[in-house]
Amino acid sequence: MSVIAAKELRIIGFLCNWCSYGGADTAGISRFKQPTDLRIIRVPCSGRVDPLFIVKALLNGADGVLVSGCHPRDCHYSDGNFYARRRLEMLKRLLPFIGIDERRFHYTWISASEGERWQQVVTDFTKQIHKLGPLHTKTEVRVES
Amino acid sequence: MSLEKLKETVAKVFHEVDVVIGYKQGFDPLHATPCFITMPEQVDQLIWNPLCVQNLTSYLPFLKKKVGIVVKGCDSRTIIQYMQEGLIKRDNIVIVGLPCTGIISVKKVLHEIDNQPVESITFRDGGNVVVKTIKGQKTLSLSDVCPDKCSTCQYPTPLIYDHLIGEPIKSDKPPESVYEDIRKFEKKSLEERLEYWEKEFDRCIRCYACRNACPMCICQDSCIAETRDPHWMSQKLTLPEKFMFHMIHAVHLAGRCVECGECERVCPMGIPVNKLKKKINLEMKELFGYEPGVNLEDKPPMYTFNVEERKIEEYKL
Ligand code: SF4
Ligand code: SF4
Ligand code: SF4
Repeated sequence: MSVIAAKELRIIGFLCNWCSYGGADTAGISRFKQPTDLRIIRVPCSGRVDPLFIVKALLNGADGVLVSGCHPRDCHYSDGNFYARRRLEMLKRLLPFIGIDERRFHYTWISASEGERWQQVVTDFTKQIHKLGPLHTKTEVRVES
Repeated sequence: MSLEKLKETVAKVFHEVDVVIGYKQGFDPLHATPCFITMPEQVDQLIWNPLCVQNLTSYLPFLKKKVGIVVKGCDSRTIIQYMQEGLIKRDNIVIVGLPCTGIISVKKVLHEIDNQPVESITFRDGGNVVVKTIKGQKTLSLSDVCPDKCSTCQYPTPLIYDHLIGEPIKSDKPPESVYEDIRKFEKKSLEERLEYWEKEFDRCIRCYACRNACPMCICQDSCIAETRDPHWMSQKLTLPEKFMFHMIHAVHLAGRCVECGECERVCPMGIPVNKLKKKINLEMKELFGYEPGVNLEDKPPMYTFNVEERKIEEYKL
């Protein structure tokens, strides 16, 4: 059940396999209560997150996107998250230019042991998206079989 | 006269290379077209005037031969950018640079003369252009019919060359003017901005001319806009697909767009295709002090990183 008493919104989370996915798992194992609006997509590294993944999600019906990877200097592949940081920052600054509130996109670092931090981030981000409400772009939601 | 000097220089240059790319008269008096010089008699076809609008450097990454090339100030940035990205080798090109006082926008001229066929066009000293059509003749001020990039041009003299035709000239345009349009656009509300882009991109016919003309779009034959696996976009002519295509172009040009304006020049629908890239460039300048195609020693910001990013403040919720 959603912790936030409102209709669920669509939030997509791209989580690094080595840190944040583990962090979310830790939160689950520890039975921390979390909102259920987030749909997680596991990626090998935050460096794998093409900024266009986020654009595609937002233009096709997502109301918010969260990207989380290993803390800087802790990347499993040594520097994937350093590249990611520049790309994600670029996108963060581009989004408002096309009329999408930059608060709909958040990127952060969470390690596998930080179950509590994961709970905090996902709860706060979900709250933020609920405050902003659904994203109204003139898009159709494509359902592909 | 600079045309004579240009011909002389090209005549010298084409002995050292396989081909020299310059401009010649096109299918009507209003259009110039690229010309490829491989024989001495072709040198006389060369022209040099404000009709020489194309950025000829787009050919460079695809040519396997040694090439001579005629460039304006703004075009020269493409060469520097190519070299930063390792797409061309300096030894394989001979650059003939032309200091430039501005070109014309064919679209703006056609608009002024009600799209009538042009019979002749003459450029007068003092920045005027006289266009003759069957309906009569019209005198236009060059500064009124130049593309936007010329009214804020910072680099009228090529930044890299082997031969320079004429004296270098300095820009008299304030550097702040370059991004004035972007700052102005940012004053609109979020809703207005989204509406603006949805309206603009809805007119897009997905002809991909903007992509094909862009000198920095170098993966044309394997563009992700056309891949089936993964399938980024369908062939449908819906707004999300069109919007997505433009975001692909913008994001792939992040910190690479040399602002040559070719994308906008060729767009049949008059869509401000370059605006998103200019916005990104502005941010790259602010974040990393980087401007595409200006310093050979620079590295495009998306190709590298710093462990401590002084200007990036990771967002707190
Ligand atoms: S931008 Fe500058 S160099 Fe380029 S065509 Fe215009 S005036 Fe010439
Ligand atoms: S995006 Fe437009 S302005 Fe930028 S390099 Fe490509 S064609 Fe030139
Ligand atoms: S050139 Fe214009 S109409 Fe063609 S794809 Fe680009 S923006 Fe769309």
